[in-house]
This record gives sequence, structure tokens and C-alpha cells, in this order.
Amino acid sequence: MICCISLMSQKQKAWASAILLLALLLVLPFLVELGLGRSWVRLLDFVLLYVMLALGLNIVVGYAGLLDLGYVAFYAVGAYTYALLASPHFGLHLPFWILLPLGAVVAGFFGVLLGAPTLRLRGDYLAIVTLGFGEIIRIFLNNLNAPVNITNGPQGVSLIDPIQIGAFDFHQTHTIGSVVISSAFNYYYLFLGMAALVVFVGLRLQDSRIGRAWAAIREDELAAAATGINTRNIKLLAFAMGASFGGLSGGLFAGFQGFVSPESFSLIESVMILCMIVLGGMGNIPGVILGAILLTVLPEALRYLGVWQMNLLGHVWVEPSDLRMLVFGVSLILVMLYRPEGLLPSRQRRRELHFADKEIKSERDS
Amino acid sequence: MDIFLQQIINGLVLGSIYALIALGYTMVYGILQLINFAHGEVTMMGAMIALAVIHALVEMQTGLPGSLILLTGMSVAILGCMALGFTIERIAYRPLRNAPRLAPLITAIGVSIVLQNVAMLIWGRQYIAFPPILPSGRHAFFGATLTDLQIFIFLLSCLVMTGLVWLTQKTRLGRAMRATAEAPQIASLMGVNVNQVIGLTFIIGSALAAVAGVMDAAYYGIAHYYMGFNLGLKAFSAAVLGGIGNLKGAMLGGLLLGLLESVGAGYIGDLTGGFLGSNYQDVFAFFVLILVLVFRPNGLLGQQVVERP
Amino acid sequence: MKHGFVRCRSFLFLVVNLIFLLTACDSSPPPATGSTAKQDAVKKVLIGSVAPMSGPQAHLGQDNSNGALLAIEDLNAQALVIGGQKIEFVLLTEDDQADPRTATIVAQKLVDEGAAGVVGHLNSGTSIPASKIYYDAGLPQVSPSATAVAYTAQGFSTAYRVMANDAQQGKVLGEFAVQKLKAISIAVIDDRSAYGQGLADEFEKVVKAAGGTLVAREFTTDKNTDFMAILTTIKGKNADLVFYAGMDAQAGPLMKQLRNLGSKAKFLGADGMQNTGFLKLAGADAEGAMASSPGMPYEVMPKGAAFRERFIARFGEIQGYAVFSYDAVNVLATAMQRADSVDPKIYAPKMRDTDLAGVSGQIRFDEKGDRLNSSVTLYEVKQGAWVALETMGGTGH
Repeated sequence: MICCISLMSQKQKAWASAILLLALLLVLPFLVELGLGRSWVRLLDFVLLYVMLALGLNIVVGYAGLLDLGYVAFYAVGAYTYALLASPHFGLHLPFWILLPLGAVVAGFFGVLLGAPTLRLRGDYLAIVTLGFGEIIRIFLNNLNAPVNITNGPQGVSLIDPIQIGAFDFHQTHTIGSVVISSAFNYYYLFLGMAALVVFVGLRLQDSRIGRAWAAIREDELAAAATGINTRNIKLLAFAMGASFGGLSGGLFAGFQGFVSPESFSLIESVMILCMIVLGGMGNIPGVILGAILLTVLPEALRYLGVWQMNLLGHVWVEPSDLRMLVFGVSLILVMLYRPEGLLPSRQRRRELHFADKEIKSERDS
Repeated sequence: MDIFLQQIINGLVLGSIYALIALGYTMVYGILQLINFAHGEVTMMGAMIALAVIHALVEMQTGLPGSLILLTGMSVAILGCMALGFTIERIAYRPLRNAPRLAPLITAIGVSIVLQNVAMLIWGRQYIAFPPILPSGRHAFFGATLTDLQIFIFLLSCLVMTGLVWLTQKTRLGRAMRATAEAPQIASLMGVNVNQVIGLTFIIGSALAAVAGVMDAAYYGIAHYYMGFNLGLKAFSAAVLGGIGNLKGAMLGGLLLGLLESVGAGYIGDLTGGFLGSNYQDVFAFFVLILVLVFRPNGLLGQQVVERP
Repeated sequence: MKHGFVRCRSFLFLVVNLIFLLTACDSSPPPATGSTAKQDAVKKVLIGSVAPMSGPQAHLGQDNSNGALLAIEDLNAQALVIGGQKIEFVLLTEDDQADPRTATIVAQKLVDEGAAGVVGHLNSGTSIPASKIYYDAGLPQVSPSATAVAYTAQGFSTAYRVMANDAQQGKVLGEFAVQKLKAISIAVIDDRSAYGQGLADEFEKVVKAAGGTLVAREFTTDKNTDFMAILTTIKGKNADLVFYAGMDAQAGPLMKQLRNLGSKAKFLGADGMQNTGFLKLAGADAEGAMASSPGMPYEVMPKGAAFRERFIARFGEIQGYAVFSYDAVNVLATAMQRADSVDPKIYAPKMRDTDLAGVSGQIRFDEKGDRLNSSVTLYEVKQGAWVALETMGGTGH
């Protein structure tokens, strides 16, 4: 077996890795259920949702270099679009293959709406304004229940239709032979497929003319404009594409959870998604995926800290849930100070960020 | 009419608190072109530290008059925040002075989160009440009610702001600060220790924030580990409204925003026929911010912000 | 894109390690059991208790859990036999962090662990999404503290609650305001949370139906401290009663600022502020404030005083809804006894005709799962402490 591997060419090794990865991803929920229990499979579903969200924000922040602190608003828009059109709230029950693209489009539209006034703004101002937009959308979602009840206010929208393809209801448990496949499994495979789509689109965008234009704007907007790039349109495109991924994830979330409320779309979520990108590796798809996995699993893992303290010390000294955000904040600072390119950066980005160091080093040595 | 006057009074008091915090933002931005996200949390720390001291003093039953207890609490808070501001600058911002724009911004967010959670770990999540040690006299004023505390806050803010203007206009340090804000390299050629000036800017800004935080806690009678976020955001909007980098602009912006929020929240229901109500109060600050940045990015008293490469 | 795939290998390695790492850890905190019976024929029946066990409401969640634990221990002391088997109840406490998302994950967990019944959740915002999961699994759920009307309005036959909901509390408050307090111009403020908004809407409806006049409807948030603007407006409309639907953290400063503005309007609230937190935050200005709370004072409850003594001896002062979680467990247990089975499929239909003499009074349910004849008590702050004024409904002494 080992000699087989060593005899393979680089390309064959790459394919083997890919197939191995695919196989692992397909059996992962079964492994997890065996080892940890079914609720962890549900966590896997959330991991995939966050992977999609992080990849969406990656387009705005990682590719185009536009710091967006209100990204969760697009998630909310997608979720509410699905919720309002597939629940008893308005009595509409549109199928998911209309609603998911619709959610993405509506979110993309909001992305353009948010992007348009901010085109002239520099990084710092842009961050604050996007933060403001995120909050505005959340406040409106929370309050549009009077005089006309559009969003049902803080009570949220419940009893959302589960996702159904024809007769296959994702919320039902199915049995194939002796294997029980619960709803969490169904959604896992659906989300896996969607996430794969998002990854694919992200990869193609990165290597396309648009991706290169984004990189140019990120580096030096003036120079980019000088080379003939329409910075306005390219920036708007970044916002729109990032937002549409957020909207897609939002729609999936609504169908999956069956209930949406403005509580789930706070500023902390936006910051969390930003953390995922920053920690994982801004602009690099595997890095972003890693960041999303780590930060979604972390709160659950931190709970064990409480159990461990209980077993070791007899009572809980520090609540693990209290530590969660502290850990995020500290890691943000540390990462920015010592490894700004993230845990799993693209080679290019690492070169960019440490270019100054190398220059100084070579000056000192010469 | 008396209701309108009351809203004006409310707005001015709220605005003076905003103004004090906005000054910190604007000073740091003027010199470093950096939005110090953590500034709101420094304000919160000032309030929490002061409250801790005040509670301790009250519990010890020292018999000291309320105003003295308040002063002690405020002094300790000011010292604490000065140290905090200096430390943040040294640890989180100085190493990143030459890094790409995104880095110090993200670090600032990280510092803000850390401060919030440290406060939560130290003082817990519940709201902390301000002990009833201050004079609570209420006076009728042309139909509106004015409390002693309101007058005190307004006067104190004016005093502090006057002091700051004097500092920047009439002292050597102030000249050095203005020079560094305009052109740091030339200033350092002229013998100004730029690092020291930056450190002092943070220290002064944090001291102002501490005063604002204590005043806020005293006025509303309550302090909370999360109070810095909204305050910081609104104060920043105020700074932008007045013209970021401009001290007088920050003061004007703060007062204006306070007035806008008070009067707006009070009358929006009537103005829009019940469609929008006071539930959109928080949205005002954001709308103001966005409008200003889109139509008049230099703010009301704005100077031309130099486009730094 | 070669480097992408090569990197995938190390990435794969990382993921696989992560899974094994997590698998190695213990799954969930050990369940609490009240008895140490070691007989082989004893069947362990899992009862889940879900509430925020960490965060700002942890003290309330702990209270719920303690109440349930007390009930479990009392039941186990009776050595019940159900369906021909000796039964031992085991309590499994889960933390939903008052977050709807966590709540659904935890609910699924309980279903998977084979729980026979659930006491929870604490908040309406978490009970509602979780109820769908319990309904899909046919698992009866009794909430000791979720007050939103929507919880039982979804048509889930497994959702119950043992205390008054917002509609019932709002009705009592509205009628009290108009008829007893004879308020003429009423102002309503809510904190834009699911709890506050639901309650305020109900209050408004009842006030209008009882012939009262609403002069202002204002809003704030559950993080705000500055209410001067909306209070000034309310003062301008000459309101003689201000009703606040929200928590003590806002109610305290609200009352203080109301008095600072020179307004003498009466201040009325609900269970969110009927606690010591409000007294601390409003200080001297709390005097005269009134609020309702579901249930009755312990002295009025049939077995209340005895329960309270036992609880304090074991866990300390009652923080919130322990009485209701105690009763909730008993509702589940007695339904099992009546059906002579611990299988949810068999005993769930029996839940509807519960008729139990609980600590908080006689417990019966209507067709939606709400408690019939639930009681609401009105309190007033007199000389710095909450004093019970009167109790509406319920079967007290």
C-alpha cells in the first residue's frame, strides 16, 4: 500500500486525497453518531451552514478587502425570505427550489443596497457603516409587526415548512435496509452539496478576471482604477456575491430550524463569522473552512471544560460559556499580532503580510 | 412647550456624555487614522471601576459625603482608564502601526471583545446599581424638571472640554499633538517624540472616557458590562457628525446627536403618524452616521481628511 | 490548483484528529438520580429538564432544575410501580443558554437519549422551537415558565404549561389597571423582546376592551438605560399609569427616571420585574410600584409553605419558578401512572385529562395545553418590599 502511494505521481496523489476526503465526508455523520451521538450530527449541519457563511464573507473581506461587519444581515434576509413565504404567517407555501434562489437574490439586492453608499468609504468607515446597516436590519426585523405585521416582530416566525424535494421530506426519518437515516443526516447531505457548490463557485471566482480585479482593489484601489478596472461595479459585485451566499445559507437555516427570530442575527454573529475568516486564513478557502469548523465546534468543546472542572474541582470555577467570547477576542488579537495571515493561509497572502519583515531582514543582513 | 424644553434638557445632558467620549475617538483618529473600537469599552471600565470603589466606600460606612465618594471613585476610574488606554495602545496598536489597514481594525474589535468579557468575568452579568449617595434635588425650570445631577453633568462636561481646548491650543504638548496629527514625520524631525505624544493622546482620551462613564452610571443609576458598546457607537457617530479629527466638531457632534435622539424619539411617533415609533430610536445614530458619511464625509466642522497612503 | 488539494491532505488529517479527540471526551454530564436502588428489576425513566444553566438567567435555570430534582426524589421515595415494573426516575439537566438554536440541539439530544418526558424550557423563545422537535417525537413537554401564547397556539398536542400565560396575565393586569386602579390615561412601554411585546399587546387589548384609554405606546430594548425621551413624551400626554412589559434591569431605572421627571403616574409591571432586582435598582423610588406574578404567594398555595421550607433547607431561597417545575414533573409522573406505562406513545394522550392537586393548586389543562383556572397575583412595593395585594383565579385558601 505504501509503495503504491510513493509510486503515484503528484497528480495521482492529489486525486487520491480528493477521493479519500470525499469518502470521509460521506460517512462522517455515521462516524459521528456512533462516537458522539445524534445531536452532534445536528452540530455538523450547523458547521456546514457556517462554512457557507464564512465563504460568503470571504468574498467580501478576503478577496476584495472590504471589511463588512454587518454580514449577518444578509443571513437574516435570506432566512426571513424563506420563513415568510413558506409558513402559516402569510399562508404561502412556496417550494424550496424557488425560495432558496429567491433568498439569495433578495440578499444580493440588499448587498448592492448596502454597498452603494459605501463605495467611497475607506476601511475604517466602511466597517462602522456596515455594522450600522446590520443593526438597522435587525432592528427593523424586530419591529415590523405594527401597524402592518410583516415580520411578526420579536416573536419570530415559526412552523416553517421543512425542505422537501418531491416526496422526500428532509424532516422525516428514513430507513434504508437496517440503516436509520434521521433528519439531521438528510440535511447534512443537502448542506454538504450546497457547501460544495459554494466552494466551487468561490474557487472559480478566485481565479477569474473578477477575482483578480478584487485582488487588485484590495492591494491598491487607485492603481487598480488606473489600470481600467471599474472599481464601483467590482465592489458592488463583491457585496452582491457575498450577500447572496449569505442569503442562500439563511434560507437553508430557516428550513432546517423551522423557526427564525431576530435574536439569532445579532452583531455577535457577524463578528463570529469574521473571526472564522481571520483565524482560518483570510482569502484562502481551506483556511476559511477550517476557521468555520473550529469556531462552530468550539462552544460545544468548551462545555467539556465545565464538566472537567466539575470532576476535578467539585464545582465550576469559570463558566465555559463565559469564556467563549473571551477566547475569541484574545485569539483575534494574537492572530493579528503574530500571524495575520491566519492558520491556513494561501502562500501569496503570507508573502504579502511578511514582505515587510523580509525586506527589513535583507536590509539588515546586507 | 415645556415638554419640548424637557426633551432639550435631556438631549443636552445625554449629548455632553456623548461629547466626552467622542473627543477620545476624534483625538486618536486625528493622529493615527484609527477607529479605536475599544474606546466604548474603556468608558464602561471607567464606570465599573468607579462603581466598585463607590460601593466599597459605602459599605465601609466611612460617613463621607456623597460628592466626595463620587470624586474618589471618579479619580480611581480616571487613573485606571489612563493605564488601560496606554496599555492597549502599547500592546495592540503600536506593533501594527505599519500593517495593512485591516489589521489594527480587527485587533481593535478583539480588544473590545476582551474588555467586555473581562468586565463580565470580574463583575458578573447583572446590572449594578449606583448607590443613592448623590443629592437628588429636583427643580422646576419653566415647566420642565431639572435635577441637580443633570446640571452637574453638563457643567462638568463643559469644564473638561474647556480644559482640553486649553491644553491643545495653549500648551506645548497640545502643539505637539496638533503637529503629530498633521504630519508625524515632520513633527518627529522637529524634535517631537511621536510615540510619547501618541501614548499621551490615548491617556487623555481614556481619562475623558472614564469621566463620561462615571457620569453615565450616576445619571442613569446603573452600570453594566455591555453598556460600552452602544455608547461607543453613538459617540463615534457624533464624532463623525462633527467632523472627525476636529475637537470642536466632536463636542458639537455629541451635543447635536444627543438632542437629535431625545427630540427624535419623543416626536417620531407623531411625525410619522404612528408608523415609526421610539422602537427605532437606536437607528437614529446609524442613519445620521450613514447620511453624513455619504453626503458630507468631512462632517459639519470638518477639515479635509488627508488621504494617507 | 494543485496546492489546494495537497493542502487538503493536512486539512484532512486535522479533521480526522479533531473527530477522534472529541469522541474520546465524555458525552454529557452525568444525570442526577435521587435514589441509589440497585435492584435489577428497576427500570430507569429519564426526565429531561432544560433551562439556561449558564449566563444571565442561570439562577432561574438552576432553580427550575432544583425544583424538578426535588420532585424526582419525592417520587422515587414512593417506589412507584408502573406497568408491572419498579420505576426509578432519573433527571437529566440540559443547558439551552436561552438561545433558540442551542435549544433545538438540546431538544434533539433529549429525544435521542430516550427521555420519557421533558420539563422545560424556561424561556418562551426557546420553548417554541423546541416544542416542534418534541412534538415530532411524540414526547410530552411541560413548561414551568414559558408565558408566550404562541407556545400552545401551534397545535402541538405535546406542549403544556403549568402557569398563566401572557394572555391570562395581561388580562388580569389590564382589568386591574382600569377597574381597580381607575386609571384614565394609560401609557404602555415594552422592551421589544418576545416576552415584553406579547404581554404588552395582550394588556393593550384588554385595556381597550375594558374601556380604558391608551395615550402612548412606546418602546425600548432590553439593553437600554436611557428612557428620558419616551418618559418625557408620556409625561406630556398626562398619563396617570405607566405599564412596563419587560425585565427588572430596565424597570428599575425606568421608574427612577419617571420620578426624576416629576411624574406622579402609577407604575405597573409584570413578573419580569416582580423581584428583588427591581427593588435594588429603583431604590427609594420603587415605593408604590405594582406588578403581577403568575401563581400565588406561597402562604396561599395549598402546600406552598411546606414546599418552601423544604426547598430553602435544601437549596436556599427560591429564585423563580421552582414550584412550577416541581408540579410539572408530577404532571408527567401521574399521567404515566394513569396510563400505567412510561412509554410516551401510550401515556401522552393521558396528559390532557390531568387533574392533579399540585403544590401551586389544582392542575388541569384546556384543549390547547394551557392551565385551566391559573392564578395570577398582584403585588405592591410597600416600604421597600413586595407585598401581595390579591390573587385572581386559582384555588387558594
